[in-house]
Amino acid sequence: MIKRSFIGLAKPLIEYQALNVTPLEPQKIPTPKNVTLFIDRPYDHRDSILFNIGDQVKTGQKLSYAEDSDAYVISTVTGTISSITSFVGDYGKAYTAISIDVDANEETDDQFKELFEAPTLDTAVNYLSGAPGNPSFKIFFDPEKSINTIIVCGVDSDLLITTNQYVIKAHINAINNGVRILKKITGIDNILIAVPENMMQDAAASGAEVRTVDSEYPSALPHLMMQKISGQVVPAGKSCEDLGVCFFSAEGVVSIGKAFDEGNIPVTKILTFVDKNGAKTLISARIGTPVHEILSACDVTVNEKDRIILGGPMTGSSIYSEHHPIQPDTDAVMIQDGKDLALVSDYPCINCGECIRICPAKIPVNMLVRFLEAGKYEEAAEEYDLYSCVECGLCSFVCVSRMPILHYIKLAKYELGRISTAEATNA
Amino acid sequence: MLNQKKFIVSHAPFWHDGSTVTARNYNMIVAALPAVLFGFISYGMPAVGVVSLSISSAIVWELLFNKISKRTISIGDGNAALIGILFGMLLPATSPWWLVITGTFVAVVVGKQIYGGIGGNPFNPVLVGLAILMLSWKDFFDFNEALVNYDLGFAMVYPLSALKHLGTSGIDAFNTAGLLMGQQSGGIGATFGLGLILGGIYLIARGFIRWEISVSFLAGVAITALLFNMSDPANYAGPAFHLLTGYTLIGAFFLATEDSSSPVNFLPMLIYGAGAGMLTVLIRNIGAFVDGVVLAILIANIINPLVDKIRPKALGKVI
Repeated sequence: MIKRSFIGLAKPLIEYQALNVTPLEPQKIPTPKNVTLFIDRPYDHRDSILFNIGDQVKTGQKLSYAEDSDAYVISTVTGTISSITSFVGDYGKAYTAISIDVDANEETDDQFKELFEAPTLDTAVNYLSGAPGNPSFKIFFDPEKSINTIIVCGVDSDLLITTNQYVIKAHINAINNGVRILKKITGIDNILIAVPENMMQDAAASGAEVRTVDSEYPSALPHLMMQKISGQVVPAGKSCEDLGVCFFSAEGVVSIGKAFDEGNIPVTKILTFVDKNGAKTLISARIGTPVHEILSACDVTVNEKDRIILGGPMTGSSIYSEHHPIQPDTDAVMIQDGKDLALVSDYPCINCGECIRICPAKIPVNMLVRFLEAGKYEEAAEEYDLYSCVECGLCSFVCVSRMPILHYIKLAKYELGRISTAEATNA
Repeated sequence: MLNQKKFIVSHAPFWHDGSTVTARNYNMIVAALPAVLFGFISYGMPAVGVVSLSISSAIVWELLFNKISKRTISIGDGNAALIGILFGMLLPATSPWWLVITGTFVAVVVGKQIYGGIGGNPFNPVLVGLAILMLSWKDFFDFNEALVNYDLGFAMVYPLSALKHLGTSGIDAFNTAGLLMGQQSGGIGATFGLGLILGGIYLIARGFIRWEISVSFLAGVAITALLFNMSDPANYAGPAFHLLTGYTLIGAFFLATEDSSSPVNFLPMLIYGAGAGMLTVLIRNIGAFVDGVVLAILIANIINPLVDKIRPKALGKVI
């Protein structure tokens, strides 16, 4: 954990983890006995679901939820479906969770094999949405958004993580292939690749235009990256996609490149594992591998009151069970010892101004948080720039009172989102 | 699933830089110590008594108010102790016990707690306490009268009242180096210029106070004093005298910088500090009071919410 320096006047320097040498191959986590996959659709047992408990599935087989739905997941193992349940994630988002008991013999499904030679956007959206790196193609089918630029992120958006940087170093050919296919299927020629300064040479072979991103956190968050790379400032409350820019992680582009090159949908996710002492290991695991398999493969034991985080220390999300599976966008798994946890307090804001000085979006956090504490979300959004927040978490990181500032901001955005959805449906 | 391990779950961020309110307040107390110790050496046991009573009574008032208002006990954060020590530093060494206790009551309860405790006070609690006492019992704050029985080996006349009544001819006995080394009468912890400056530099370097406020306050005092001095050297003293006498230094580093009642954006901090500094000299030179720091900072506290609206445009905002 980065601590405040003794000379507190100096602005804290919080830098991304840089990957300077080509690292070793990631440590391979053996295929677990059981994997869990999430379909992005709430589970309703009355739905006529296209698969059942007891069904045999092959690696790479597409499991569609229902005839009338385009929600699906690609099986990452060969085995038998053992349960279909509902899973509720952060902010009440509901998924259908499918558990698969893994067979010893692996078989590959060949549905994708028939389609891969002539890549189209339809094939991509129908088969690759849950691939490692979580490439999302839905945006190209949205009539309200016209995407004209694709930014490939060769930077990792959070501290300590080196997943995407590793991908640039190790799989630049697949990226080149992926960029070529992306250009072809989307018809968008303007593809940029964002990398840290020390990786400009590596990224030159990607076939995309190379842009660099500062090494200081949070310059790799989408809004700030866009400001640096394309000079466009995203208006408060709008998304980058509204301005015609969409993001793909480098790993996602590798998945595209490999899938259309080899005819197999990739199923292994590369991720950075950070143990209690902060030591980092790159590992590769099947999507759906429960976290405890990774822990035992890395010889790490977790105790009561430790914390397991999917993602990095500033923007990740903590999980309550070590049976939680690795997902296509899980770039890191981080373990915090129960003794080292930074807990929030219910102390009020003392108006010290640390958050104001560190906020990359220049939000008056001291005023904002007073309104948020009182539940005045609309005023906060109108007068105190709630929607300018890029959710980097630096305000909570430096808060002397240890207020849960980012928590308040996310809650406010969520509540306002619910209000506007309710208004739209009742109108 | 029943004997599953229980993990701590929360939302990001999962790191914190380790700063605490407690460390902040105790560091301010530490920074104030050189000036306080100098006051103890100069004025002896009465000064020790006043400062000790001030700190302890401030803590007791906060504890009592915590109990009455059924809120969590907040004396551990050191803010009550900080208010107590700063309040004691501003008092003459001969202040009677009831004056100290009344003052800390006004400072802690009226100045801070009734607004909801730390972070809620619109005015600097120490100055609220002191201003009310000064208006109520003026005589106890006449340093010439209060310290009449002391002879510390230098001119024991209070420099600012000498200036007020006699003009610059009354302050010939003071030189800059002497003032810096505390050869002047005044509040227990307010006379030792060098100690206050060192404490202030420590706080600025550690990031516990905002340098913009201190620097602009001192600049406001210096420039205004210089303008007065140039217009009429016989009546108005120069900037060095104003910077080193009265409550100027303790005001610049310990009072004007109080978190809750001062702005946090860059330009507002400069306006706030410079405004308070300018008002200080205006009150000293043409106002009715001998020292203007207390009221000048309180008035600057009033404009704080307004000036703090001058702020940079947030990311992605057009208006």
